[in-house]
Amino acid sequence: MAQIGIDEWVARSGDRRDDGSGWRKLLARADARVGWWQRLALVALVGLIAGQLLTNVNTQTVAFNSLLYAMLALGLNIAVGWAGLLDLSYIAFFGLGAYGYAVLSSTATGSGGTGGIHLPAIESIPLVLVVAGVAGVIIGLIALRLTDDYLAIVTLFVGQAFMEVVNNIDPGTLGGVNGLFGLDPLHSFGGRIESPIGFYYLALIMVVVLAGILHQLDTSRTGRAWRALRDDPLVASVMTIPVNKLKVMAFSFGAIVGALAGTVFAAQQDTVFPTNFTANILILIYACLVLGGVGSIAGAILGGLVVTIGEQMLSSPNDAGYLFYGLILIALVVRIRPWRRLAAVVGGVIALGFAAHAIVAAVSSSAVAGAPGSSGWIGSAVRDYVIVPANPATYGNVLYVVLICALILLMRLHGTRRLIAVVPTVYIAACCWESRLIVNPAITTQIMIGAILIVTMAARPQGLLGTRRVETLQP
Amino acid sequence: MSPLLELDGLSLSFGGLKAISELDLHVEEREIVSVIGPNGAGKSTVFNVITGIYDPTEGDVKLGGDSIAGKRPYKITRLGIARTFQSLRLFLNMSVKENVKSATYGKTKATPLESILRLPRARREEREVDALAEEVLSFFGQRLMGYRWDQPAYVLSYANRRRLEIARALATRPRLLLLDEPAAGMNPNETHEVTELIGRLRDELGLAILVIEHDMHVVEGISDRVVALDHGVKIAEGSYRSVARDPAVVEAYLGRDPEALAEE
Repeated sequence: MAQIGIDEWVARSGDRRDDGSGWRKLLARADARVGWWQRLALVALVGLIAGQLLTNVNTQTVAFNSLLYAMLALGLNIAVGWAGLLDLSYIAFFGLGAYGYAVLSSTATGSGGTGGIHLPAIESIPLVLVVAGVAGVIIGLIALRLTDDYLAIVTLFVGQAFMEVVNNIDPGTLGGVNGLFGLDPLHSFGGRIESPIGFYYLALIMVVVLAGILHQLDTSRTGRAWRALRDDPLVASVMTIPVNKLKVMAFSFGAIVGALAGTVFAAQQDTVFPTNFTANILILIYACLVLGGVGSIAGAILGGLVVTIGEQMLSSPNDAGYLFYGLILIALVVRIRPWRRLAAVVGGVIALGFAAHAIVAAVSSSAVAGAPGSSGWIGSAVRDYVIVPANPATYGNVLYVVLICALILLMRLHGTRRLIAVVPTVYIAACCWESRLIVNPAITTQIMIGAILIVTMAARPQGLLGTRRVETLQP
Repeated sequence: MSPLLELDGLSLSFGGLKAISELDLHVEEREIVSVIGPNGAGKSTVFNVITGIYDPTEGDVKLGGDSIAGKRPYKITRLGIARTFQSLRLFLNMSVKENVKSATYGKTKATPLESILRLPRARREEREVDALAEEVLSFFGQRLMGYRWDQPAYVLSYANRRRLEIARALATRPRLLLLDEPAAGMNPNETHEVTELIGRLRDELGLAILVIEHDMHVVEGISDRVVALDHGVKIAEGSYRSVARDPAVVEAYLGRDPEALAEE
C-alpha cells in the first residue's frame, strides 16, 4: 500500500526522465551527474586549448573581451540576478576600477609626462577594489529606500554622474574627454603582462576563479538570503534576514567585481576614456546577462562570450553574412516541420528571388544595377538573386521599413498562411541585407543584437542557461 | 512570572482609522490561543504588529517580559516569534529545502568569506542547517520529503504550500508560533490534519501558538482560549464554549437579532 502523502506517479517522475533515450535525455542525465567544479575545470580546459589555437592578435583581443564581458556579467548578476535589484550604476564601478588603475599606474598625477604613481598590480588592484567596495556600500545605502523603477532611475543617474565627473573634473588629473594613456603594463613581483595572449590567460583565470567563488557564495546562507530577498523582501525580513544589510552587500560585491574587470580592462587597453563607460556599454553587459540567463553563473559567462563574439562577427561584413543567413536557415529548420514543408519553403524562397530578379531586370536594367553588399561566395551566389538598384540607400531604407511590417504581419498569421508569408519575408530580408544593412556594420550590429535578444527572449524567456521563474504577486 | 507574549493596551491607527484599539492579550508558555473575528476585524494586523511589520501607535508588545515594540522584523523573529502568512508568501523560485534553510539565516553566523572558502564554521553550520531543514520538513510525514526537497516551491499544491510555510517558520526555532489561517482553502481531511498538527507542535516542540482561524471546528479542536475581535476591539475572551455563545460575538458575525432590534 502506498504511504499516505506520497503521490507515486509524481515520485517516479525522476525515474521516467532517466529511463528515456535520445540525445536530449542523454544530455540531461549527464548534466545531472557532473558536479560544478568539474564543469568549471572543463571550462578552464576549453579556455586553455582555445588560448593555444588563438594565433593572431585580433582574435586574442576578441577572446579577452569576451572573457571581460563574462566577468562583468558575473558581477552584475549579484545585484540584478540574485538580490533582484535593478542596478544601473554598475557601469560607474567598471569605470571606477579602470580609472583607479589608470591613476595608480601612470604619469597621470605627475607633470609633463613624468612622475605620477606607479604601484605594482598587487598593490594597486586591491586598493581599487577596496575603494569600489566602499563606493558600492555608499550607493547601496542611498538606494535602500528605493525599489524597482525608482531604484533603476536613481542608479542610472549615478552611472551618468560618474561620466560627467570624469569628463569635467580637473583635466590635468583624469584627462577629461581625452582620457588617460600610457598606462603601466600589469606588473608585480618583477613579472609583467603585456601581450594580448597574456591578458587572455589572465582573464581566463579570473573568470574561472570568480565563477568558483560566486558558486560557493550562491550556495551559502548569503546566497540563499539574496534569493529570498529577491522573491519577497518583506517575508525575508520576517524570516530573520536583515534585508537592508544584504542589499548593501549585493551592491558592494557587485561593485568589487565590476571594478576588478575595470582594472584589467584598463591595463589591457593601456588607455582609458570616458566613452568606455557609457550607457551603451551598460546595455551590452545587461544583454550578456539577460541572454545567458539572469541568476545563472554559467549563463553570465556564456552570455559574455555570445554577445562579444556575435558583435565582433557582425562588425566584419563577411562574417556578418554567415551569421545572418545562418540564423535564418537555422530558424527555418528548427521551426518548420515536417521536412516537406521546409523543402517547400526553402524552394519557394529561392524560386521567388530568381523570378523576381528576372522580372525586374526585364522591366528596368537600372533597378538591378547595384552589386550585393556581400563579397566572397555569398556575394556571387546572390548576384542574380537579390534586387539591388544602382543607388541602394533610399531603396534599402524603404525595404527596411517593409521588412519590419512583414515581420509584424508574420507574427499575426498562423498555419499555412504564415508558412506562405515566410517566403516573401525571407526574400525581403535578404534584399534589405544586401542593399542596406551590410553597408553600415556599426548600426547593423546594434539592430542584429537587438533582434537576437528579442527572438531569444520570446523563445526562452529565462535566457539560454537560466531557470524559469515565477513572479511573486505582492498583495 | 510574566506571560510569554503580552500585548498591553495596543493601538494602531492608519491616519484616522483605528485598526486596533487598546488591545490586551497574552499567551502563556505552551498555550494555544485562537483569534477569531469577522473579515476586517484586525486579526492579521495584530500579527503584523507583533512581528514588527507595523509599529504600534500606542501600547506595548512584550516577549517574556521584555518590550519588542518598534524592533525590526528580523530581530523579533530572532528573539523567538515566527509566523506564517495568510496569503501564502513562500519564496516561490527557491526549492522546498532552500525555503526552509533561508529562514535559518539568523541562527547562522558564517561570513561570506568563510562560506566562499568553506571554512570549518561554514561547513558545520551548513550541516546543522541541513539537518534542521530535514527535521522540520519531516514533521509533515512524507509530504515534503525526498524528491520534493529540490522542487521549486511554485510546483507545490496549495496544501503543501501551507505546510511549507509552517516548516519555514519552524526553522527559525521559535518559542511562539503565529499561524494566520492555517486551514484556509483546505479540504475536510486536510483541515483535520492541521488540527492534529497544531496539537503536535505544542506537545512535541513545546511551542506556544497564537492562531487566526475561521474554521470553527479547528478553533474548537485546538484552543485553550479564544479571543474574539471586531473592528480592532476585543469583544470576548475565554473558553471556546463561552466565546461562541457570547452575544457580542454572535452579533459581530451574524448581525443583531431583528426582533431584538424591533423591541428597542
